Amino acid sequence: MYKRLPELAASNPNTRLLAVTIDGKPFAARDGDTVAATLLAAGLADCRTTPVSGSARGPFCMMGICFDCLVVIDGRPNQQSCMIPAHDGMQIERQQGARVVSLAPESVAPESMP
Amino acid sequence: MTLASSYDIVVIGAGPAGLAAATEAAARGLAVALIDEQTAPGGQIYRAITTTPVRQREILGTDYWRGETLVAAFARSGATHSPRTTAWAVTREGEEFEIGLSKDGAAQLVRAAHVILATGAQERPFPIPGWTLPGVMTAGGAQILLKAAGLIPSGATALAGSGPLLYLIAAQFAAAGARIECLLDTTPRGRWRNALGHAPDFVSSPYLAKGWSLLRAARSMTRIIKGVENLAAIGEGKLEGVRFTTGGRSHDIPADLLLLHQGVVPGINLSNAIGCEHRWDATQACFTPTVDEWGATSVPGITIAGDAASIAGARAAEARGRLAALHAACMLGHLDAPQRDAHSGAARRELKRWSRGRRFVDALYLPAMQFRIPSGDTVVCRCEEVTAQQISNTVKLGCTGPNQMKSFLRCGMGPCQGRMCGLTVTELIAKERGVSPAETGYYRLRFPIKPITLGELAALPQTEASIDAVVRIKR
Repeated sequence: MYKRLPELAASNPNTRLLAVTIDGKPFAARDGDTVAATLLAAGLADCRTTPVSGSARGPFCMMGICFDCLVVIDGRPNQQSCMIPAHDGMQIERQQGARVVSLAPESVAPESMP
Repeated sequence: MTLASSYDIVVIGAGPAGLAAATEAAARGLAVALIDEQTAPGGQIYRAITTTPVRQREILGTDYWRGETLVAAFARSGATHSPRTTAWAVTREGEEFEIGLSKDGAAQLVRAAHVILATGAQERPFPIPGWTLPGVMTAGGAQILLKAAGLIPSGATALAGSGPLLYLIAAQFAAAGARIECLLDTTPRGRWRNALGHAPDFVSSPYLAKGWSLLRAARSMTRIIKGVENLAAIGEGKLEGVRFTTGGRSHDIPADLLLLHQGVVPGINLSNAIGCEHRWDATQACFTPTVDEWGATSVPGITIAGDAASIAGARAAEARGRLAALHAACMLGHLDAPQRDAHSGAARRELKRWSRGRRFVDALYLPAMQFRIPSGDTVVCRCEEVTAQQISNTVKLGCTGPNQMKSFLRCGMGPCQGRMCGLTVTELIAKERGVSPAETGYYRLRFPIKPITLGELAALPQTEASIDAVVRIKR
């Protein structure tokens, strides 16, 4: 689907690589790439399934307006992968359907509200 | 850089219009902040101009590298740049505006006496069967991958649509050594006759030479198929092929990447939500904010520069950015009107030069109706997965406009907030009702114009009055 310009091939010693995981599998991302670019460079066209019908979607606009490239980044769901640069150690997961709402331990239980 | 709590001018968007506006305003002695969502300045046209890994300058072309000059001038201007910052609201508070921002997961409010919107353009929705399949992207998206990440198409790739940007992208891919199977040109046959009246203006414009060299470059590297109709993306779970007709014959080609482009339209979500007056522009088939020769809107203190006001390209955007800044400086009392006019000569000449020939381009590349108004099972609203047939059926039930359509079908109510469906929904409803898009109207957009978390909102400083407004049980 996509490949790197020859002048930027991973073997180029000037290309700094970041160790990320995609759905738990290790992958070397180019420093400076967004998460969406990382996914596409890894050969993954799809990054999530929709909450409405469960159909597969992938990055579409690459400029932050279509919201089709949502993924889970370091445990946080609904992240726009085309707007967020990859970082070393980043855990990227393709998002299945709607985000899972998990209450953080410090969340206030309804009966304790004022 | 950390933002102060108040500025004379806040400029939203760091493309050519925003960069030029912020630079000009700072040069007039005003305190300016330039807010932008990206990690580096440049907007989409000069995307990643300071960070691109592409070293061979001829791949992206001289028009792209123009951005270096703009960014360098901005860097020297003294204006504050706040990258990776989303502006999600602009509201009037007394004599000033309050701008709701989000940066690194935290919201904050910044005040400004004047706001310049330079939110640029987006690609026009291009709803065809299968356009939601992974492997179908906008051509502009693929161009961003080239500029920002040095990625080029490598498999079976087709470009499809109409307009100068499609040919520019084809030429850039060619220069980068990418192989494109074909360019499917959907410009209606005989359209040049409509454009002919504007030809003399085009011939004397800088766009003629640019257009000619792009056509030649694209022709040399790929097969161009003209008069394409009934375009569809085919595949189960991902793109596997492209189907189209030309001259009444149907064709199927294998593809793992389909790049769509049908021109660009102004990004109006912010100006619409602020309450600026908009009107239907039949020439460009889109809604544009009503602005005067300085970019001033119907809301005093809100000025719009560049393609966000109407599509005229990067160089015109730069000139309009300067004009907007001079006008704002005048409104804020830093220049009187004769001084403003005296300083605007160069920008006016540039604007005139780069506006020439645009009407020819608009007339030639106005997208065909079949690519603006889909039918049947084609998805219109990508977020809520609403089809053209559902919208047509709902009009027959008596639904008269896009805002009512939200209540029936939720179309336009997903995270993209109508950006990918708004124009389609307006034109589809207008066609079904037999009225004009102007009469049909557009979505009434509301803040926040980009999704933010409740946590971000709740962390904002609250006044006693605002707490009293929501906390019903008193301590």
